[in-house]
Amino acid sequence: MPQSKSVLTRQFNSHWILVLPFLATLIVLYLGPIVDLFWLSFSEPQLGVHNYQKLFESEFLARIILTTFRICVATTIASVLLGYVVAYVIVQTCTAQRKWMLTFILISFWISVLVRTFAWLMLLGNSGAVNNVLLSIGLISDPIRFMRNELGVLIGMVQYMIPYAVLPLLANMQGVDQRLINASRNLGATRTQTFVRVYLPLTKPGIVASSLLVFIISLGFYVTPAILGGGKVLMIAEYISVQILITLRWGTATMLATLMLAGVLVILYIINRSMRLTDIFAGVKK
Amino acid sequence: MSEKSPNRALNVLAWIILMYLVAPVIVTLPVSLTPKSFLSFPQGEYSLQHFEFFFTDGGWLLSLWQSTVIAICSMVLATMMGTLSAIGLWRIASRVGEMIRIFLLMPLIIPPIISAMAFYRLWTPLKLLDSYLGLILAHTILATPIVIITVSASLSNFDLRLEQASRNLGASMLTTVWRVILPSVRSGILAGAIFAFILSWDEIVIALFISKFSVYTLPRRMWNGIRENTDPTVAAAAVFLIVLTVAVLIIYALLGRESHVSDKGDGNAHES
Repeated sequence: MPQSKSVLTRQFNSHWILVLPFLATLIVLYLGPIVDLFWLSFSEPQLGVHNYQKLFESEFLARIILTTFRICVATTIASVLLGYVVAYVIVQTCTAQRKWMLTFILISFWISVLVRTFAWLMLLGNSGAVNNVLLSIGLISDPIRFMRNELGVLIGMVQYMIPYAVLPLLANMQGVDQRLINASRNLGATRTQTFVRVYLPLTKPGIVASSLLVFIISLGFYVTPAILGGGKVLMIAEYISVQILITLRWGTATMLATLMLAGVLVILYIINRSMRLTDIFAGVKK
Repeated sequence: MSEKSPNRALNVLAWIILMYLVAPVIVTLPVSLTPKSFLSFPQGEYSLQHFEFFFTDGGWLLSLWQSTVIAICSMVLATMMGTLSAIGLWRIASRVGEMIRIFLLMPLIIPPIISAMAFYRLWTPLKLLDSYLGLILAHTILATPIVIITVSASLSNFDLRLEQASRNLGASMLTTVWRVILPSVRSGILAGAIFAFILSWDEIVIALFISKFSVYTLPRRMWNGIRENTDPTVAAAAVFLIVLTVAVLIIYALLGRESHVSDKGDGNAHES
């Protein structure tokens, strides 16, 4: 709007004051140490890129990264698939059921991750509820090993991720023009054809955003793999914590952290091209 | 007309998935009522001993107290800074402003493990390790972005001209914020405050790094209990957390009903 330049600058200056407290706090107490971490990866224990060289030399390191990737990809696929079903039903269904479904998703957001992992151990552990019942019926003779392995980690992570998968899909699906679907059916396409050739492509941005979002959250996962993996499923986050707290190998830890952060930021940039992040989070956290 | 009822099978599948999301926590209830002193399922006999222990044991009570204090302090600080930042950004509304907004959301974007490393690294020379202040600061930094998001969402429904009118009529910026803007974005502030509280209350990864003995929050005590896998008090704690969460959700829903008349929904289906 047309205003004299001095008034504009005065207004700008005064409103930045509101932002300053947190901005300053963030730069000093957060950005500072993170940049420090980045620097450490090139300077600890000596100056150079040898921390990064370890990526190619150490088989152990490679295995951890591979495990992390494998589980994150599996988690992403499962979460987006199941999330798609939920989002699809939510969008298509009547208002009453939609409210209930959204309430359930909201509730699941609020369950502490420790409560979840504990519940999974109690439910699917070797002496857990499910195995107890199956054993007492006589259906099995040995407990099924759901937990303290990769399967357990997957079950736990997917449960956490599905709501995050649903959000971008929901945002996307709500924008799909129903008339396109109707037109397709009208022109003679079957339900399956309509879904595969009209609806699915329309929801591609949501699928992409959802997959990438779940993937980057999975990358940094610590609690669930640490507990449900029983020590056998070593992912990057847990390995980093061991390097920091126990073996004090800050060089390796910061190197992995830098890579993780770089990966997250790159993927976020890609998501932002596909779907504006604010669209995903704006209407939901209420 | 569009088909309002999706495939029956899909419907059922969706509900099964939703149950997968929510139902497993129910199993914590029977375990918490076991008469034995190790993790087990009650075989007909029930006992409240673990709840009793949870609410009387010095250790658990201390953790409960510490978690509550830290969460409340973090909530207050985060809500204040987050609300101010959101209002400031909303009013600035320039390209630089939007870039700063993304920057301010950094703690949400960066994986918790990396945040934990950063705080650990800085808190050591600052002597903030294993202290209330250290944890409160860290949690505040983590929670403020969430408040920014919720308050910004509320602000997007607020008419800019009301603020301009107020300034025009002579009110200072402080008065405008306090008496014009804040009352209208109450629901966003409330939502942000609740999320901030829950974030701090449930936070474990950073707590694992920057606290040791003096500060032993509830999640840390539970983490220990789960790793050792023997103490049913953890189950009692879990039930307590679930009940608390549901109670807060109900209160929030009830409070939300009153203020949702002024906060016009943006058409999203999940507005209640």
